[in-house]
Amino acid sequence: MAAFKHPQILIASNLTDGEVVFLGPSGWERHHRRARIARNAEEAAALEASGKRDISANRVVDVYLADVEIGGDGVPTPLHYRERMRVKGPSVRLDLGKQAMTGGAP
Amino acid sequence: MTAVDLRVAQRPNAPLTTYRYDEYDAAFVRQRVAEFREQVRRRLSGALTEEEFRPFRLMNGLYLQLHAYMLRVAIPYGTLTARQMRQLADIADKWDKGYGHFTTRQNLQYNWPKLVDTPDILEALADVEMHAIQTSGNCIRNVTADHFAGVAVDEIEDPRPTAEFLRQWSSLHPEFSFLPRKFKMAVTGAAHDRAAILVHDIGLRIVRNDDGEIGYQVVVGGGLGRSPFVGKVVGEFVPRHDLLAFLEAIMRVYNRFGRRDNKYKARIKILVHEKGIDEIRAAVENEFAAMDRSVFAHDPNEFERIAGFFAPPPYETLPRDSQLLRAAKLGTPAFANFVDVNVSAHKIPGYAIVTVSLKPIGGVPGDATSDQMRVLADASERFGFGELRVSHEQNIILPHVKQDDLLALWRMLDAAGLATANAGLVSDIISCPGLDYCSLATARSIPIAQAISKRFADMSRQRRIGKLGIKISGCINACGHHHVGAIGILGLEKKGQESYQITLGGDPTFSASIGEILGPGVTAEQTPDVIEHLVDFYLAEREEGEAFIDTWRRLGHARFKDVLRREGEDGADI
Repeated sequence: MAAFKHPQILIASNLTDGEVVFLGPSGWERHHRRARIARNAEEAAALEASGKRDISANRVVDVYLADVEIGGDGVPTPLHYRERMRVKGPSVRLDLGKQAMTGGAP
Repeated sequence: MTAVDLRVAQRPNAPLTTYRYDEYDAAFVRQRVAEFREQVRRRLSGALTEEEFRPFRLMNGLYLQLHAYMLRVAIPYGTLTARQMRQLADIADKWDKGYGHFTTRQNLQYNWPKLVDTPDILEALADVEMHAIQTSGNCIRNVTADHFAGVAVDEIEDPRPTAEFLRQWSSLHPEFSFLPRKFKMAVTGAAHDRAAILVHDIGLRIVRNDDGEIGYQVVVGGGLGRSPFVGKVVGEFVPRHDLLAFLEAIMRVYNRFGRRDNKYKARIKILVHEKGIDEIRAAVENEFAAMDRSVFAHDPNEFERIAGFFAPPPYETLPRDSQLLRAAKLGTPAFANFVDVNVSAHKIPGYAIVTVSLKPIGGVPGDATSDQMRVLADASERFGFGELRVSHEQNIILPHVKQDDLLALWRMLDAAGLATANAGLVSDIISCPGLDYCSLATARSIPIAQAISKRFADMSRQRRIGKLGIKISGCINACGHHHVGAIGILGLEKKGQESYQITLGGDPTFSASIGEILGPGVTAEQTPDVIEHLVDFYLAEREEGEAFIDTWRRLGHARFKDVLRREGEDGADI
C-alpha cells in the first residue's frame, strides 16, 4: 500500500448516467462538499472497500481515491487539476456540469 | 421501434447525392441497436459486469469520460444530409445538452448522454441511416475523405465511392474486429491533400497511370500519437480491381505481425518502422500472391451502383463568374472578406464551395449548438441540394452553392453566428476536447485555442498573416493533430501543472512532415505570447507569398528557436 500523504475522497461515475459522484456518509453524493474524507490509510481502505461493494452492486464504475486538501470550511478540494475539473465541470462551459448548479462556486 | 421517423420525413424532392441504406444495411443497423439495448439492460440488471460490458459499449461508440458518458457518432467520409444534420440537432436537444462537437475524424460527439438513453439515441440515429458502430475499439474506424470530394477543381475522381466500398468491406469484418490496435483510413482523389492521408494507418490516393487507368497509390504506416510517422508507399499503383485484396493483404500482415504485447507499439506504424517498408511490402505482396483473391474480385457493376449514389446534383448551367456576386462583394466588405477566405473554387461554373467555420473568435473549436445545426441543415436545403460535409479541420462544408446565392447564404449564417471569415487562418484552430472533457487528457486544449483566437481577433491582421494551421492536442494521443500543425501545441502535465510543448514545421499534406519541438514547455498563460512572437518573426522574415511552413523550412528551425531565446532574454518571460 502506498504511503498515506494527504486526506482522500472516493470518486466514481454513476453507472446509469455517468455523472461524477463522491462517496458520502450515507451513499453516493453528486457534490464533493458532502464527500466522506479519509484522514488515514485505514479510513482510505474503508472508502475503497465501500467503492468495491458498489461496483459489484452496479451502482458506480471507475472508482478511485483522490488526494484533497481541506479548506477552512471543511470542504475537500482535490489537489490535482484533473479532479478539480471533475468536481466542477468543463472550464469552457460554466453553464454545464456541477458548477452550473452552484453558480460556479466549488 | 419505427421504421420511419415522421419527425424527419425525407423530402421527396431531395436529390440523391449520398449513399442510401439498402434493406441489408437498414436491417443490420437496427439489429445492432436491438442488440445493444439488450446489452444495456443486462448491464443495468447486473447480469454483465463493467469489465464484460465495456467492449460492447465501445463497439457502439460509447465512452466514459471525465464528467459523463460520451457517444461518438460515425459520419462516413464526413458526408451528411440536411435530414441527418437535423436529427443530430434533435438528439442533442432531447438526450444531450443542446450541442455537439465535430471531431478531427469527421465524426460528431455528444458529451453528456446517459447510458440508459443510449439505445434510444442509436435508434434515432438509425432512423436517418446513421450509427456509432466502429467509432471506437481495435477495429477499422470511420473511413475519412477529402471534404471537397466530388466538387474540387483539382480532383481526378470523387473518393467517396471508394470510401463507401471500404466502409462496407471493413464493417464487422470478422478477421479485423480484434486488431492489435485501432486502424484509420483516409482517401483523397485530388492533387492537393485535404484528408491528411499520409498520417493515417492506410492512406489512399486516387491516381491515373500512363495508360489513363484509375488506380490507387497506397500508403501505410502513417500516424500521429505517441510515435508520429509519415506513411510510406507500399503500393505505387494498385489497380481498382485489386484494391480490396491488396488492403486485405495489408491487414492480414498487420494482424499477424502487429505487436499485441504493448499497446504503445501496437499500431501498424510501429510495425512498418521496425521492419522497414521494404520488408512490409514484400510480406504484403507475398500474402496478396498467395491468398484467394476471388472473394475480393472487383465488381464494376457494384462500384458503379455505389458511385451512382454520389451522382452530381442537378446543377444549372451558369456563367463561370457571377455578376451578382461581384456587385455584392463591392457593396458589403464583410461579405467580401467571407468570400475571399471561406469560399473555394467549384468544378462547376457558377458554383462555389463554402466552408462554414465552427471557430468563432474565442469559441470552442468544432462545437455547434442544435440551433446552429438546424440553420446549417436549412441552409444546405435552401442553397446546397441538402448536402453537408464535416471537415477534419472541424468545420462544415456546403459543397454546392450557387455564386448568386452566396450573399443570402452569408446573411443566414451571419445571423446564426456562423459567418466567421477565418477558414485556414490563424484562428481556424484544430483542437481536441482536452481535459475539459476527455479522461485521457493531460491538459486542457480548448482554452489555449480560445486564448490564441482572441489574441488574433483582428480579422485584417489574420488576413495579413494568411494561411497558418495551429493544431492543439491535450495529450500525447494527438487527436488535435498537433504533430502536423505548422504550429503544434501539445498539453502535458509537468510537476502537477499544465504545460504546453510547442512544435514547428508540421505539415499534413502530400509534403507531410512532423513538427520539431521548439524548446521547454510553457504555461497556458505564456502560450499566446509565444505564438504571437513566432508569427511576428514569420511576418518580418517571410518572402513574397511565402506561407509560415515555407519560411520555417527556408530559415530552419534554429532561427525560430533563437528568436524565442532572445525574446526571453529581453524580459518577455517566455
